[in-house]
Amino acid sequence: MKYSKRKKAILLLADGTIFEGKSIGTDGTAFGEICYNTGMTGYQEVFTDPSYFGQLMLTTNAHIGNYGINNDEMESDSIKISGLVCKNFSFNYSRENAQDSLENFFEKENLLAISDIDTRAVVSYIRDKGAMNAVISTNTDIEALKEELKSIPEMNGLELASKVSTKEPYFFGEEDAPIKISALDIGIKKNILRNLAKRGCYIKVFPYNSSFEELEAFNPDGYFLSNGPGDPNPLKEAQEVANEIIKRDLPLFGICLGHQVIALANGISTFKMHNGHRGINHPVKNMLTGKGEVTSQNHGFVVNKEDVEKHPDFEITHIHLNDDTLAGMQMKNKNCFSVQYHPEASPGPHDSSYLFDQFIANIQKVKK
Amino acid sequence: MPKNTKIKSILIIGSGPIIIGQACEFDYSGSQAIRSLKEEGIEVTLINSNPATIMTDPSLADNVYLKPLTTKSIIEILQMHPNIDAVLPTMGGQTALNLCIEADDKGIWEDFNVELIGVDIDAINITEDREQFRKLMIEIGIGQAPSTTATSFLKGKEIAQEYGFPLVIRPSFTLGGYGASIVYDKKDFDELLSRGLEASPIHEVIIDKALLGWKEYELELLRDSNDNVVIVCTIENMDPMGIHTGDSITVAPAMTLSDTTFQKMRDMAIHMMRSIGDFAGGCNVQFAVSPDEKEDIIAIEINPRVSRSSALASKATGYPIAKIAAKLAIGYHLDELNNQITKTTSALFEPTLDYVIVKIPRWNFDKFEGADRTLGLQMKSVGEVMGIGRCFQEALHKATQSLEIKRNGLGADGKGEKDYDTIIQKLKFASWDRVFVIYDAIQMGIPLSRIHEITKIDMWYLKQYEELLALEVEISTNKLETLSYELLLEAKQKGFADRQIAHMLSCLESDVKAKRTALDINRVYKLVDTCAAEFNAQTPYYYSTFENKMITPDGVSRADNESVVTEKKKIVVLGSGPNRIGQGIEFDYCCVHGVLAAKEAGYETIMINCNPETVSTDFDTADKLYFEPVFWEHIYDIIEHEKPEGVIVQLGGQTALKLAEKLSKWGVKIIGTSFEALDLAEDRKRFSELLVDLDIPFPKYGTATSADEAAAIADNLDFPILVRPSYVLGGQGMKIVINKEELEKHVVDLLRKIPNNMLLLDHYLDGAIEAEADAICDGEDVYIIGIMEHIEPCGVHSGDSNATLPPFNLGEFVMQQIKDHTKKIALALETKGLINIQFAVKDDIVYIIEANPRASRTVPFIAKAYQEPYVNYATKVMLGENKVKDFNFNPKLEGYAIKQPVFSFNKFPNVDKKLGPEMKSTGESILFIDSLKDDQFYELYSRRKMYLSK
Repeated sequence: MKYSKRKKAILLLADGTIFEGKSIGTDGTAFGEICYNTGMTGYQEVFTDPSYFGQLMLTTNAHIGNYGINNDEMESDSIKISGLVCKNFSFNYSRENAQDSLENFFEKENLLAISDIDTRAVVSYIRDKGAMNAVISTNTDIEALKEELKSIPEMNGLELASKVSTKEPYFFGEEDAPIKISALDIGIKKNILRNLAKRGCYIKVFPYNSSFEELEAFNPDGYFLSNGPGDPNPLKEAQEVANEIIKRDLPLFGICLGHQVIALANGISTFKMHNGHRGINHPVKNMLTGKGEVTSQNHGFVVNKEDVEKHPDFEITHIHLNDDTLAGMQMKNKNCFSVQYHPEASPGPHDSSYLFDQFIANIQKVKK
Repeated sequence: MPKNTKIKSILIIGSGPIIIGQACEFDYSGSQAIRSLKEEGIEVTLINSNPATIMTDPSLADNVYLKPLTTKSIIEILQMHPNIDAVLPTMGGQTALNLCIEADDKGIWEDFNVELIGVDIDAINITEDREQFRKLMIEIGIGQAPSTTATSFLKGKEIAQEYGFPLVIRPSFTLGGYGASIVYDKKDFDELLSRGLEASPIHEVIIDKALLGWKEYELELLRDSNDNVVIVCTIENMDPMGIHTGDSITVAPAMTLSDTTFQKMRDMAIHMMRSIGDFAGGCNVQFAVSPDEKEDIIAIEINPRVSRSSALASKATGYPIAKIAAKLAIGYHLDELNNQITKTTSALFEPTLDYVIVKIPRWNFDKFEGADRTLGLQMKSVGEVMGIGRCFQEALHKATQSLEIKRNGLGADGKGEKDYDTIIQKLKFASWDRVFVIYDAIQMGIPLSRIHEITKIDMWYLKQYEELLALEVEISTNKLETLSYELLLEAKQKGFADRQIAHMLSCLESDVKAKRTALDINRVYKLVDTCAAEFNAQTPYYYSTFENKMITPDGVSRADNESVVTEKKKIVVLGSGPNRIGQGIEFDYCCVHGVLAAKEAGYETIMINCNPETVSTDFDTADKLYFEPVFWEHIYDIIEHEKPEGVIVQLGGQTALKLAEKLSKWGVKIIGTSFEALDLAEDRKRFSELLVDLDIPFPKYGTATSADEAAAIADNLDFPILVRPSYVLGGQGMKIVINKEELEKHVVDLLRKIPNNMLLLDHYLDGAIEAEADAICDGEDVYIIGIMEHIEPCGVHSGDSNATLPPFNLGEFVMQQIKDHTKKIALALETKGLINIQFAVKDDIVYIIEANPRASRTVPFIAKAYQEPYVNYATKVMLGENKVKDFNFNPKLEGYAIKQPVFSFNKFPNVDKKLGPEMKSTGESILFIDSLKDDQFYELYSRRKMYLSK
């Protein structure tokens, strides 16, 4: 092995702060809102999670890429983040079960990644200043980058579900499975489908702008609203779908963005958090059982807890133990519940997979 | 609040003397537990026979019993304290658990109406009995290596026939892999099977098909009484299956584990913990993962208690496992407790790291001549170090620099192996030096694939090594002047020491330091905060690294440094590094007390140490903890950053003391006794001249730097002669020789091992009695804190002898000489702080063997026996805060306290167990007796000559 010298690269934040690093290979420039994920495993799942669409991902784990890429560990068909910022990038990987290196994967998917950044300094900085847009580049013309960065839209109010949703409906699972589900794809992760299929569901996945009637036409036993990127507010069609399902008291389960859509459909507000939750170590308490669970989370927006408390038809089922934000809710007289976090994990702990069982039980309750 | 309010008084069982496999990590866990329970207003009673511990300090528990760990002592304590409601046995390792089970079998807990907390006896029985454990695992669907139990020799042979070789023999109910072995060859089987059966108290072994080369992982779990479980840390062993985890180089977080496989393992660990029983507290689970595409997971073992690995996990993550486990034992739920680092977020979470830690064990094979130095299933290391870095390479380098084995890191110090066959042998039979040999092998051009084939170490690690070497080669093509900013920064980021870079560039260490200062490549300090900076943390637990710069919007370019220097006056206390024979937990005890005393004196205290098993590296001991190698470069950079008033070196044993000269040379103030005095005491010639001036007798001696000189000196001294190198601790290389032939052999051997050393030759006072005194001196007054007399005659190392406090048969005349000599020497050396003087008494004349103007191994013992805070007083004297006469000394001891050494010879079956001038014990215990008529004293005294080698 010969020593290889790498090119300079930078991370430039919207407020003008620059962090110096190195390019991992390809040259280029990438924009997005910078966010950080604190997971120590599961980078491939994170990079391919549609909820991260349009974001510059900073991974806090010291090394990224150690175990390469495995085709079974994709959460969608491609990389969804807009760029990667990391501390140490592994050009060499080691896993019998891997098909390729992360470096090659990025090259194929045309993703810009930079390393050797003081990622910890970046996290402390945006922890205090709040989430902001940023650019990573191998180009060192700072003024030009600054100009370009100004034209990148703010995440607040941004509709992104349309960018990641399926264009055409598709099916997942065994056709003869006992339960049929209509799932609205506003950025769905594959492991949600795997979890449902594993529990005897045959799922039809619909594009983000489908109507309730289209979902209903599948004659499903239950409805699912998926996770996804961006602000839930502009997703009026999805909110309408949620409304129709709830009106008819049909079994409904929402995760993450889907959970926020259910809230908005009922007049409960959402807001953008200072920094959001992104990692696989988030503590949540189930208020119904009193048990704790360690959860996988990825959200920059959150449902307003006070609104839920005031709403006569809703009750809080889960609370985030670190900051007391809302993590889950259910409707008192309807067959509807939702969580802000990711029971499908991938990456992350399986502590919350019981929520899928609960969904199935909710369906069985009313299934003829 | 579900805290169990019925519990008002708790008994904690300590782990007793330090032995291989059970070291000072249990002082750390025990003292955390005590503090944690006291916080809750609970009365805590402690039993532990090891006096050299912080946990046995009167300031911690309400009642401390320095008694033998027996059920008899337990009954005595329970009779004296009928109000004890519960016993917490999970903080004192296997020793405490075994004692707890024994007491349970005897019905003692029931008799005294004492509840067991934090533990489930059935759970212990299941996990310790390999057959029961295996059955349970199969029942709950957890993978197991094919294995069968043998309770007889014949059955064992039968199993071997079926499985073939290699296979593994593991005795039930033993500690630290005691008696376990891997059998590669049929011819070794009989002997190893017998050993295994004998090692097991129930004469039972499990014979497994060997999973050699499988990757090994450990998970540290916490569970509360509401059945909430969190995984605090995942540790990956760089050395795969086949080497005991205590002897493995381990890394956190896991480096080569995908989320899919990790989550499977996490599910299994939780399932296992729930299946073995119902208890609230810590738990450790070990797994093996097949290195092929199947990634099969097999459970190896589960320990339902706080373990050595949980101490490491606590230091690696910042999550204080023992502290929280103690709270869980009294009924708290995880979600009711705070993350102790952030203080604002929940304790129910899983720490995330944005750095890497590497633990390397420290071995002492040199003390066990004839020992099998190959690593295997039985733990042989005596201590460990941890390196923290922002990448694996930096952490690995820092760990190797922490070991204090005269290496500067990997490669680039001219000490690498260069012989092909030797390298291959060393790769095949892993020993203390394999971590270095891998580098040498790559340097020699041995393909990584071959190294992997031999060692089974994951290719990811080998590639990391290879990258380091590529960097070394690249740097070596430069000169100091041509070395670029980028390359130097990268070298520092990957952990190369200035000394190594100097070696590559053929220049001085100070040149490299000057260059990086000029280029503004300076160490920055980062926090260990459990959360990768996601939340604000105030906990002052730092490690160093080198970072690329950030440029603020107003154009300021800097590397981000989280260690903010305060305006307060500061004191640095240098720690004692890894535990080893001759320098163990006693010095950590001293460092902790030094820190606390300096705090009381109004200083901001700064601790530097790299031993994860210690109380000194607890984040709430000093005001600031720098978890860094006790290695010149790291220390000096901290001093430059913090600008302390001075550095305390006399509490951290030889490790800290050895740095005194350089500190002094670089203008850093040594607190207390000056470097000149420390040096004078070590310099035999000048010290002897001083003794002549003081009119104090000493054995005839000479110094030599060659065998010829030694022979010439021997003509003037009478045999027997005691030969030893200068500047060593624990009698390393010390030997008594009886004729010229032996003398020559030993001198040649020593000079080969420690080239350029000055050798000391003393006339050995045959049949003399040894005694030692410890004293505090402020330069004007001397107070002798204790005088101890060795029970064994002269010739057995002081650390290995039984000794009494006060002396049991020294007359008034002798005692007076000891006192006078101690005072004279302490004053003559201008001692400020502690001093230890060793004497030989023959024919009523007291001779000086040596003087050490620093805290000695016996100081904690004396402090415990007399119930006096001597290190605290000494520290205040060193700092100039107090004079000796300010203190109201009031030693309390009726009868005698006997210091009893404890050995770990059973880990080295073929080693010569004879004692001599070189120390071999790993720990000590204290025994109080009322009078010399005590049976135990009588027994020690009657067999005092049995252990002598000469």
